[in-house]
Amino acid sequence: MTAPGDAPKISVRGLHKAFGTNEVLRGIDLDLPAGQSLAVIGGSGTGKSVLIKSIIGLLEPDSGSILIDGEETLGLSPGERERVTRKFGMLFQGAALFDSLPVWENVAFGLIQSQGVRRRDAREAALEAMNMVGLDTDIADRSPAELSGGMQKRAGLARAIATKPEIMFFDEPTTGLDPIMGSVIDSLIVKSVRELGATALTITHDMASARRIADNVAMIYQGRIVWHGPVAEIDHSGNDMVDQFINGRSIGPIQLQVAV
Amino acid sequence: MRFLASIGRGTISTFATIGQIAVFAGIGLYHCVRPPFYPRLIVQQMIEIGYYSLPVVGLTAIFTGAVLALQSFNGFGFAGEATIANVVVWGITRELGPVLAGLMVAGRIGAAMAAEIGTMRVTEQIDALTTLSTNPYKYLVAPRLIAAIAMLPLLVLVADVIGVLGGFLVSVYDFGFNPTTYLKSTWDSLDGTGFVSGLVKAAVFGFLVALMGTYHGYHSKGGAQGVGQATTNAVVSASILLLLFNFIITAVFFAS
Ligand SMILES: Nc1ncnc2c1ncn2[C@@H]1O[C@H](COP(=O)(O)OP(=O)(O)OP(=O)(O)O)[C@@H](O)[C@H]1O
Ligand SMILES: [Mg+2]
Repeated sequence: MTAPGDAPKISVRGLHKAFGTNEVLRGIDLDLPAGQSLAVIGGSGTGKSVLIKSIIGLLEPDSGSILIDGEETLGLSPGERERVTRKFGMLFQGAALFDSLPVWENVAFGLIQSQGVRRRDAREAALEAMNMVGLDTDIADRSPAELSGGMQKRAGLARAIATKPEIMFFDEPTTGLDPIMGSVIDSLIVKSVRELGATALTITHDMASARRIADNVAMIYQGRIVWHGPVAEIDHSGNDMVDQFINGRSIGPIQLQVAV
Repeated sequence: MRFLASIGRGTISTFATIGQIAVFAGIGLYHCVRPPFYPRLIVQQMIEIGYYSLPVVGLTAIFTGAVLALQSFNGFGFAGEATIANVVVWGITRELGPVLAGLMVAGRIGAAMAAEIGTMRVTEQIDALTTLSTNPYKYLVAPRLIAAIAMLPLLVLVADVIGVLGGFLVSVYDFGFNPTTYLKSTWDSLDGTGFVSGLVKAAVFGFLVALMGTYHGYHSKGGAQGVGQATTNAVVSASILLLLFNFIITAVFFAS
């Protein structure tokens, strides 16, 4: 028996999810120990976002099991689900900022709505978080629609970490950023994970970024995890699919359905 | 056989949709009465629904009241102040005030709600709400339901006054009626039940418009096209439901 403290922060078993006839997840098994940073890599459309959304509870898997801190989260009542959700912070692939609210209120949203922080204090905290992600505080009162894609991404990141969640999910945090800002965001992710002692799961296509932020890497292909190991071993994984992916070769075991 | 099967499928999916809407309405209403509330959002919606609909509702009402007076003057021949005032008051307070205000608000507010919430759905903003431990029903649906139920009766009250005014203007300036007599006839024709039935209708219509707007927005999918579809569906279904419930409420109030 393992004590609750030793249980992995996230433990996924036999996770299946299909949309109609499109079987996206076909038995995902994944463990993520507390305090670890995992990068999930894999081709476009392989179900990485679906995996994260299932873990968070935005999508209902068809079968399988998802344990958070050793507690089964599938089939929880809405109230219990909300208690688990409080442990999460999430950066969406498309940032998903609320366009009815100014930037600072987006960043402060979790503080105001779920932690009951007073608006004035929340604004201070939001400005601080914006500073951390390299956003000029001049834009605090602007609408998200007025920001560039990269700025939206950073605002989304600030919103995800502002509540200091135990478990953070980042869906392609550096996509759409220039390389310098990308590495700033990477070090920010590393820093917030270390400082807050958080557990992080990051989806990325960017191998340089994966090497910077991850302790471990998992590769997803055809609905399953085909390789899972320390980031240091990724160049000697002995797995042809991983080799092909990290070197970006078009010839290999991974076949893309593209008419050339 | 294929024909029967398609009728069967249609019936089943219709009932499934009705069931879904009923569940959605139930959850939405539940969150209207369970704290936490979002007073800031409720007030914002009240201003949007109540204040900014005043011009359209006012214009609709004044022309409708005027046209009612014109038509009854032509239709009944010269029937005198009493008849015309009576037709205008009854027509406006019982039927045309609530129905036309409801339809105008369905076009203005139902569409806006569906478009806004639909966009939030397809850009994952609703998912983001959930991850920030905020219930989308509480944050998006409940404030709109509350605001619409509260504001529609007020709008209809305004529409009643302006509609009667429209009839008054035509009667006095066009037909040359005595204003005092006309106003007195207006006052005498006003009946409590009819007036109250109009306000009850308004509250129900407000609920229906907000329900259709939020429901179709919440369940929209497939990008910009899906949002457009949701907007259309919200306006059409709200308008039809509104006319259906207008009939039902009238029947309940005046069946004797
Ligand atoms: N809500 C949904 N309804 C239907 N199909 C969906 C839905 N969400 C995702 N899918 C399908 O699931 C598959 C995986 O999608 P997902 O977004 O997880 O890909 P991804 O691995 O994140 O790709 P990318 O790297 O391009 O973001 C795709 O085929 C997609 O069409
Ligand atoms: Mg994705």
